[in-house]
Amino acid sequence: MAYEGDELLENVTSKEYEFGFTTNIESDKAPAGLNEDIIRLISSKKNEPQWLLDWRLEAFEIFQKMTEPEWAHVKYEKPNLQAISFYAAPKQKKVLNSLDEMDPELRKTMEKLGISIEEQKRLSGVAVDFVMDSVSVATSFKEKLGELGIIFCSISDAVQEYPELIKKYLGTVIPRTDNYYAALNSAVFTDGSFCYIPKGVRCPMELSTYFRINEAGTGQFERTLLIADEESYVSYLEGCTAPQRDENQLHAAVVELVAMRDAEIKYSTVQNWYPGDKDGKGGIFNFVTKRGMCEGANSKISWTQVETGSAITWKYPSCVLKGDNSVGEFYSVAVTNHFQQADTGTKMIHIGKNTKSTIISKGISSGHSQNSYRGLVQIGKNASNARNFSQCDSLLMTDTSGAHTFPYIEVNNSTAKVEHEATTSKIGEDQIFYCLQRGLDQEQAVSMIVNGYAKDVLNKLPMEFAVEAQKLLAISLEGSVG
Amino acid sequence: MLKIENLHARIEEKEILKGLSLTIGEGEVHAIMGPNGSGKSTLASVLAGREDYEVTEGTVTFNGKDLLDMPAEERAREGLFLAFQYPVEIPGVSNMNFLKAAVGEIRKHRGLEALTAKEFLQLVKEKSQLVELDGQLANRAVNEGFSGGEKKRNEIFQMAMLNPSMCVLDETDSGLDIDALRIVSEGVNAMRDGKRSFVIITHYQRLLDHIVPDFVHVLYKGKIVKSGTKELALELEEKGYDWLKEMEEAK
Repeated sequence: MAYEGDELLENVTSKEYEFGFTTNIESDKAPAGLNEDIIRLISSKKNEPQWLLDWRLEAFEIFQKMTEPEWAHVKYEKPNLQAISFYAAPKQKKVLNSLDEMDPELRKTMEKLGISIEEQKRLSGVAVDFVMDSVSVATSFKEKLGELGIIFCSISDAVQEYPELIKKYLGTVIPRTDNYYAALNSAVFTDGSFCYIPKGVRCPMELSTYFRINEAGTGQFERTLLIADEESYVSYLEGCTAPQRDENQLHAAVVELVAMRDAEIKYSTVQNWYPGDKDGKGGIFNFVTKRGMCEGANSKISWTQVETGSAITWKYPSCVLKGDNSVGEFYSVAVTNHFQQADTGTKMIHIGKNTKSTIISKGISSGHSQNSYRGLVQIGKNASNARNFSQCDSLLMTDTSGAHTFPYIEVNNSTAKVEHEATTSKIGEDQIFYCLQRGLDQEQAVSMIVNGYAKDVLNKLPMEFAVEAQKLLAISLEGSVG
Repeated sequence: MLKIENLHARIEEKEILKGLSLTIGEGEVHAIMGPNGSGKSTLASVLAGREDYEVTEGTVTFNGKDLLDMPAEERAREGLFLAFQYPVEIPGVSNMNFLKAAVGEIRKHRGLEALTAKEFLQLVKEKSQLVELDGQLANRAVNEGFSGGEKKRNEIFQMAMLNPSMCVLDETDSGLDIDALRIVSEGVNAMRDGKRSFVIITHYQRLLDHIVPDFVHVLYKGKIVKSGTKELALELEEKGYDWLKEMEEAK
């Protein structure tokens, strides 16, 4: 009997591990629930200075006075925050011995995306030979970035090593009072990236390359802070085309960008979190606040996003165009299938003179999904000669999906020019039949039509990801027409 | 090459083709004429495999194979090409990429090696001259912003690129001015090689001045009611369809 008991115990524990729960060291996982003690625990685990703890606690105070907003065009059961554990030791990935142990569905998708075997191994957690090239590549990247004075590290490390930069910029673009989930993130963030590009430096590589090799763990409440000093340039890519699964249902990240005089930041996102199954069960809630501050004159921030994952996406990467002649851009493709819901768009806040913004949003809805564009273009009273051009297109793949556009325009300066164009179309059976008649199959036809439709946005992605993103669109919509 | 027997087809509840039979031999050019609503375009759609139409009776054999059993893309790969009456626009997809994919699939199906980029470009150059298609058009999105004439010329250009054995032209002459009509016709004539067969659906005799058919058929109420040679087209031009309608009603 005793033996059976042991066996049972072993079964249970190994099963839990399979799903990624930490079972080994009890003290490295905080009990479920959200309160001041938990925040103190997070701060002390991370050995944070007093000011940051105070900052978190103030955020928590602000958070407690807020209620979860309900204006978005999405329906979901509100997450129970008291059931979430807000601190856990970095998750250990299950190590596989070879690709054969990988989930065959996942592997098939990766192959379709054209992800190399080496990278497939890395993404799926197959044990990698230590002598492998990528390690030395990462090291040489690190050296190269270091020589230029570029700082790229986890935000926790930055708190220890560059506290003055963190103190100066954290929460300046997205204040703790900004919204419910930004306040929550400010109180409990545990993970994320920090990047600083010094004056006059052009970052010589897509930070994505580095990112993919190092694979910074994405936490549930991720915090990213990116500062481009005067006359600098950086292109940053987050996310991954490969499907991402996570046992945390709620993801509420905050991303803050600051561009000083004559600086340029290009921020690209490919988001492919688990969207739930065909019947709409499960899937990740992605409630993100992303904002860039064009602080100095002639600065530029571009957001490019390809959103195919998550059960619910709720995000508006925005630009505050404070510096004169500054430029904000937002290019987005959002695909929803099955029962996914997306409410996404941007805010362009024109404050400085001669500021310019461009918005190109392409929504694609399939299955029973709902896809909304929500955007604000605000021209302040001092923003003379400000310009905006917005184009919001929606493509419906099925009769059961929905496309919605909620554009808000506020103009307080009579010299401003604001243009808004919107179209909604249904994928033409005529278009598909035309392709079939030329010898292409259904999948190729849909892929071609959809990629043509999203071309203006895909062209903005760094080259290496544009190809994968094209395939990702096709895969996300597989079998959605017909 | 193509044998249609007692073909019945309907869209939703409406029967359009009511027992159509037609045999087209290798290298032959058949013109199909007939009044509006007689089923001409339905015939083209049914042959190409459009799913809106349901075949309720009859058979179609293409090179000995059951055509109706194949999905649309397979019919195309087997060598059946439809030049559309209203070619659709596919925004953002360049004509070149579109054709490259199509030519690739068709060659693969026929067991041919893929063309190199150079060979493909050479083919584009050669075939676009056939219909005097501006090199610029090849690089633009499929039919996007094309004039009516350009769209029709693009159809013939695609036809030349895909090298089909059976070409169905659905009112290719509609909306063409005289010059465009000449260019399109010359393109088609250049592709007549004694092996390739054509079905030319048209309302007007004028196209048949340029593309001279071996046979002319009149379609009325979903059936072929009269067949003849090119003289029949001239007779129709002169007398209209009424005498045929009356003959048919009298039966």
